[in-house]
Amino acid sequence: MTEPLLSIEKLSISFFTRLREIPAVMDFSVDVMPGEAVGLVGESGCGKSTVALGIMRDLGATGRITGGAIRFKGRDLVTLPEAELRRIRGREIAMIYQEPMASLNPAMRIERQLMEVPMIHEGASAAEARARALEVVRDVRLPDPERILRAYPHQLSGGQQQRIVIAMALMARPSLLILDEPTTALDVTVEAAVVELVKELGRKYGTSMLFISHNLGLILETCDRLCVMYSGEAVERGRVADVFTRMRHPYTQALFRSIPLPGADKTARPLRAIPGNFPLPHERPPGCNFGPRCDYFEQGRCDARPIPMAAIPGPERHETRCLRWAEIDWAAPPPDEGSRDPRPPGAPVLRVDDLRKYYEVASGPFGGRTTRVVKANETLSFEAREGETLAIVGESGCGKSTLAKVLLGLETATGGRVVLLNEEIQSTPVEARDPSTVGHLQMVFQNPFDTLNPSMSVGRQIIRALEVFGIGTPRDRRERMLRLLDLVKLPRAFADRKPRQLSGGQKQRVGIARAFAGDARVVVADEPVSALDVSVQAAVTDLLMDIQREKGTTLLFISHDLSIVRYLADRVLVMYLGHVVEIGSTDQVFAPPYHPYTEALLSAVPIADPRVEKTHIVLEGEIPSAMNPPPGCPFQTRCRWKHATPGMPCETEVPPLRTLAPGHQVKCHLPDDLLARMEPVIRLPEDTAA
Amino acid sequence: MARFILVRIATMLVTALCLTFIVFWLTNIGPNLEKIARSEAGSRISDAEVASWLERNGYAEPVLLRYAQWLGVAPGWTRQEADGTWRGRCLGPGETPEEAPAFCGVLQGDWGFSRVFRRDVSEVILRGLALTGALMGWVMLVMVPGALLVGIVAGMREGSRTDRVLSTGAILTTATPEYVSGVVFIAVFSSSAVGLRWFNGSATSAMDAITFQNFTLPVMTIALYGMGYIARMTRASMAEVMTSQYIRTARLKGVSFGAVVLRHALRNALIAPFTVIMLQFPWLLTGVVIVETLFNYKGFGWTLVEAAGNNDIDLLLAVSVVSVIVVLLTQLISDIGYALLNPRIRLS
Amino acid sequence: MEPLTWTGPLGDWLDPLLLAAAGLFGLSLVLRLLAGLVPAPAPEAVVHPDGTLGLRGGSRTTPQAWALLASRATGALVLATLAAYLVGGLLLPYGEAGIVGAMIRRFLPVWVALGATLALSFAFRRRLGLYGRIFDSPVGTTGFVLVMFWVYTAIFAGVFGWIATHDPLAAVSGMKNRPPGEPLPAATDWMAGAHYLLGGDNLARDVFSRMVMGSWTVVQIAPLATLFAFMVGITLGLPAGYRGGWLDTALSFLANLILAFPVILLFYLLVTPEVVRTGLPTWMAAAMFLAPILFVAVLLWSRFRTDPARAVPLIAAVVAAMGWVYLSFISQPGTPLDFMGRLDLFDVPPGVLVVFVAVVFVNAPTVFRIVRGLTMDIKSRDYVAAAQTRGEGPWYIMLWEILPNVRGPLIVDFCLRIGYTTILLGALGFFGLGLPPDSPDWGSTINAGRQLLSIFPHPAVVPAVALLTLVLGLNLLADGLREESLRD
Repeated sequence: MTEPLLSIEKLSISFFTRLREIPAVMDFSVDVMPGEAVGLVGESGCGKSTVALGIMRDLGATGRITGGAIRFKGRDLVTLPEAELRRIRGREIAMIYQEPMASLNPAMRIERQLMEVPMIHEGASAAEARARALEVVRDVRLPDPERILRAYPHQLSGGQQQRIVIAMALMARPSLLILDEPTTALDVTVEAAVVELVKELGRKYGTSMLFISHNLGLILETCDRLCVMYSGEAVERGRVADVFTRMRHPYTQALFRSIPLPGADKTARPLRAIPGNFPLPHERPPGCNFGPRCDYFEQGRCDARPIPMAAIPGPERHETRCLRWAEIDWAAPPPDEGSRDPRPPGAPVLRVDDLRKYYEVASGPFGGRTTRVVKANETLSFEAREGETLAIVGESGCGKSTLAKVLLGLETATGGRVVLLNEEIQSTPVEARDPSTVGHLQMVFQNPFDTLNPSMSVGRQIIRALEVFGIGTPRDRRERMLRLLDLVKLPRAFADRKPRQLSGGQKQRVGIARAFAGDARVVVADEPVSALDVSVQAAVTDLLMDIQREKGTTLLFISHDLSIVRYLADRVLVMYLGHVVEIGSTDQVFAPPYHPYTEALLSAVPIADPRVEKTHIVLEGEIPSAMNPPPGCPFQTRCRWKHATPGMPCETEVPPLRTLAPGHQVKCHLPDDLLARMEPVIRLPEDTAA
Repeated sequence: MARFILVRIATMLVTALCLTFIVFWLTNIGPNLEKIARSEAGSRISDAEVASWLERNGYAEPVLLRYAQWLGVAPGWTRQEADGTWRGRCLGPGETPEEAPAFCGVLQGDWGFSRVFRRDVSEVILRGLALTGALMGWVMLVMVPGALLVGIVAGMREGSRTDRVLSTGAILTTATPEYVSGVVFIAVFSSSAVGLRWFNGSATSAMDAITFQNFTLPVMTIALYGMGYIARMTRASMAEVMTSQYIRTARLKGVSFGAVVLRHALRNALIAPFTVIMLQFPWLLTGVVIVETLFNYKGFGWTLVEAAGNNDIDLLLAVSVVSVIVVLLTQLISDIGYALLNPRIRLS
Repeated sequence: MEPLTWTGPLGDWLDPLLLAAAGLFGLSLVLRLLAGLVPAPAPEAVVHPDGTLGLRGGSRTTPQAWALLASRATGALVLATLAAYLVGGLLLPYGEAGIVGAMIRRFLPVWVALGATLALSFAFRRRLGLYGRIFDSPVGTTGFVLVMFWVYTAIFAGVFGWIATHDPLAAVSGMKNRPPGEPLPAATDWMAGAHYLLGGDNLARDVFSRMVMGSWTVVQIAPLATLFAFMVGITLGLPAGYRGGWLDTALSFLANLILAFPVILLFYLLVTPEVVRTGLPTWMAAAMFLAPILFVAVLLWSRFRTDPARAVPLIAAVVAAMGWVYLSFISQPGTPLDFMGRLDLFDVPPGVLVVFVAVVFVNAPTVFRIVRGLTMDIKSRDYVAAAQTRGEGPWYIMLWEILPNVRGPLIVDFCLRIGYTTILLGALGFFGLGLPPDSPDWGSTINAGRQLLSIFPHPAVVPAVALLTLVLGLNLLADGLREESLRD
């Protein structure tokens, strides 16, 4: 058996504040073999990034390794002197982080930042270093490497910056690469390309990887083994295939049951959220950290003493931190929550007709006279019915947020019509709308930490919405507010709390309550769960669905996450650079024929189910800027089908919106026969019943 | 870039016009003119005599017209006395309107005549500026490197003992205005009461020859007050840069601490203080006025006090024009320098 | 009668002790600074007997550890000696503890008030929000103590007439430029008032009493003027930042216009008697002091507009009350604005209003810029968008959604700005502008004392040190507040 490259044994890391010691990582062990990719998965605050920084021994002024060992190539990094540690950093172990822009020095040219690595570690001359930089930049497949080398970081796009960060990590050919959420800040299609690149380069350079992510699908795509973390501890460890199909820890199981995998359905097989909240680091329960949220919790046993890791016989190195793993019937289906009756959509409540929104933007950093027209929304048409969920899907810059602004009256339309309940509202700004119209069309915002006014109590914020919408009398508004808290399943005591005393999911619930204060008929939900942790996402999504079912509200669900869209949407609208490129029912959009962009998008989304087979389509290049869109079809610069059929007017004419089937429209020039030949991107195994 | 500078210069001119008009209007307000009349023609004259004195000396015309004359866009006033001699804004003794130029304002290079110093305004201003320039030069030479060094060393390791000692020192100096530190310095270093007598308590002799004895105290007094402020800005900027992700990247690349500070942090950390240093100039002006008064150094600031205290209109206007231009020029330089230091702003 | 020495008989043995302790303390500080430059070994983790983990700061034999120990010990010695002076001053009979003891005893009410405030605040600091957190930071606490020392001194001296030993305006012949501790010619008993504790000034007035009374002027004007500057700055800065466009351009131009004026020139132009006689500052006051009324009226209306039955009487009452105060404020007998007659609640002393206007005028543009920047930052937050989507008016959003959430940086700046205003007031006094020349305020006193500075430094140094400590206290307080509000 080969020696592990990196072996972490019983590592404990704590942060010391003025008041107390906060343990961030406890009794954590993991091995990384040469050439192996190990995933570290968990929700925010579980300590996975702390582990990464602990390996690099860069824990800041307050963090300390309080126990255990980190053996790298046989040497214990915990006790290594600073000077030797520096020789390992960057040379043997390199790290890639979440925010590519922030990890590059803004005032230094790319080449200097890259060349620095071999110059420090190998004493390379400037010319050698530069040659190496050029080679590595080619390796990460950046166009025009010479120009890129001379650029400053801000002159590159997010995807290019992340490739540079990867290039920088690979400059010294390290034997271990630590990737901390390397793609979280990127768009889905760009993410797919970066992941593909990392995998390929890992193979090429023979680098071992420690891949940190909250996204199970991404781990499945990239890693050989994984380690699931919960509240500072590793709870399950093993080969990816073993853990994904035969998980032996209740937390892993609950996690998988809370994410929308293909086959989940909002009416027949709803998601199961994990009850309760993530424990705060200084308020961890005795015994099993997951105990209070666990379905299999046994009092007096699970909370008696710290739980050790237990090896599971059979599969290679599969371990779990559960006392009862042998007793639990892991194959048992989740307790039936009761399926719900689908509710047929009613009459149209919102109709958008040929909507256009153009902005005039001054170009040049010092505000020159020349202005440019940015077409944020171009000829948008759709309608939404009562009780229906219409998903609006697209990546950054596709114009989905502009659409929301126009609907809500924060901007007025340049052309076209928006009809809400027989009233044209496209050119009425929100101040000019009457309170009931405003109350009928409300919004749920993306960022839970930003959606509530930090200096006003929760109840006061809901009451204010009631006041503004003219609902109720000053006397009974408090009662109405409390009923709204009931509606979003929050305790009534929360009315007097300040937002900072609430968790992310709870804040989002308050945001939902506020949106429904005026008996909203249409709610625009702008990525309402994307900033929440996986286990909380399910609960908030289900809450939205429940309220919708109860009130018959129309939901415009803006998202970039196709998994969740498939789970909850009735119809889907795909946007790209301000255009609707495809619209149809969820089944129609998720099955061929696709718009080429939808196809790529579907293929890019990582799915945490090893049984699903996926066609890998990697889009070349970046999303063009809305300031400077390509001529003709907006997608033509990245379309893989464009060359399949010569003589098409893709580069000159904007395609018309064609109807392929009743209710299914596609904005594409491709001929019918070619569309008909398209194959499904995602193939589920036949036995979906399991 | 050229366009940006042009816009800024245009704004500057408008600002300068507005400000000089305000100064002109305030110095030419009724009671001020009356004071001039009484000081020129005798303090016991009657109200009617005041009025006629003002009438004869061109002060009675509308303010806007006289402002235009001062600027040099309207012809200077002329009037013929009962005895047939001519008096006028542009007229020398004994000249007639035909012999003298019609316009004589700032645009023509004529800054007027100082009533207090009995000399041409431009002469007074130039002499003051030269003296103040020497003072400011030394102040900058002491203050800027010192402040940057203190700020960088303090911000390099935020929260360390060195940081806390230096930061507290910086707070102490920002809490010590020039008239306090000046008084304390003079009392300690040059009074007979304490008896140290290391330096001169007056900088009058520095107007002829600058020596260590006569210039240390005024320079230190100004530099100390500004130093703390710049040092704190630099420290904050440095501390922020040191916690940024790209410094962590550099550290985890294996770059040594010294190289991280010098190669990666320094340039980014100096962007903010540069702006602050440039914007210090107008702020230093107040300090200059105080120090020149306190140390009896007859530079620009001292001239300002003399002009303002005696309502010497022409001199006061020239002083305000110069100080406004200094303020606006430093703002312009600070903007341009910011763009040059920060590659994110630079034109692509 | 004998003149007082600085520390009297008590000092005979305390002074050498203090000198030695202070010298050692300074030496140890220098050592610590030097030791800090040497990289310290990382503190090691230890397991306590109870099973918890803790940190132990390095080993005991490093130079750092020794320097730390030395500075702690000598620092404690210095503090103990200082405490001995304090106790001695309070307990020993007049004169036994010299000038220092006599002054400590004069400040007795301040010590009592300060002690009570600190004890109460410290006991309840966990329930007092940001104010309580000041006491978590040594810097903030030091600042708070310095500031409150002067606030209590000002109140006890200005309102109750305690502390000061003599009339700050009365001259006693024979005391001109006398050194500290000089007895009055007529004094016979060893009791308070027998000596000029800090000497006499060039008009034979008591320097100590003038310094104490001078704090009252500062404490009255500086916070209030800063408050008004904030009202004006906020009322203009919020719409400029929130609306943007031409309004922002115009207001920013105006702010820059004022900022481009050298402060001293502005003061000379505004505060000279000739300009004051035209009534210009009074008119400016009339315009500027409208800002708070407008501010409060808009604040209330935007909040209660949904319930006019409650809003209208409330706003009417508040505006009427504030309006009366406002009119009393601007209406002054002897200025062009004198119309209140017997309804005039109070008169602002001559000169003070003008100084007030000038200080507000100079400070408001900076506050404007800060508020504008903060507003532009906050207005992109989702909760602002949420307010917009429910159809809130712009003023509600500015005053209830944005303003409360920028209060942290504004409070910090408020402290700093009171300090800056104090410096400005001093500068005005230094140039002899605004306040009457015999006024005991610190700026004027420094101005009067600087003529003979090289021969008799005490009349100028005493108010200079007083001003320094107050401004230092405010800066330290602001620093402590900033540090605490940035935490979590």
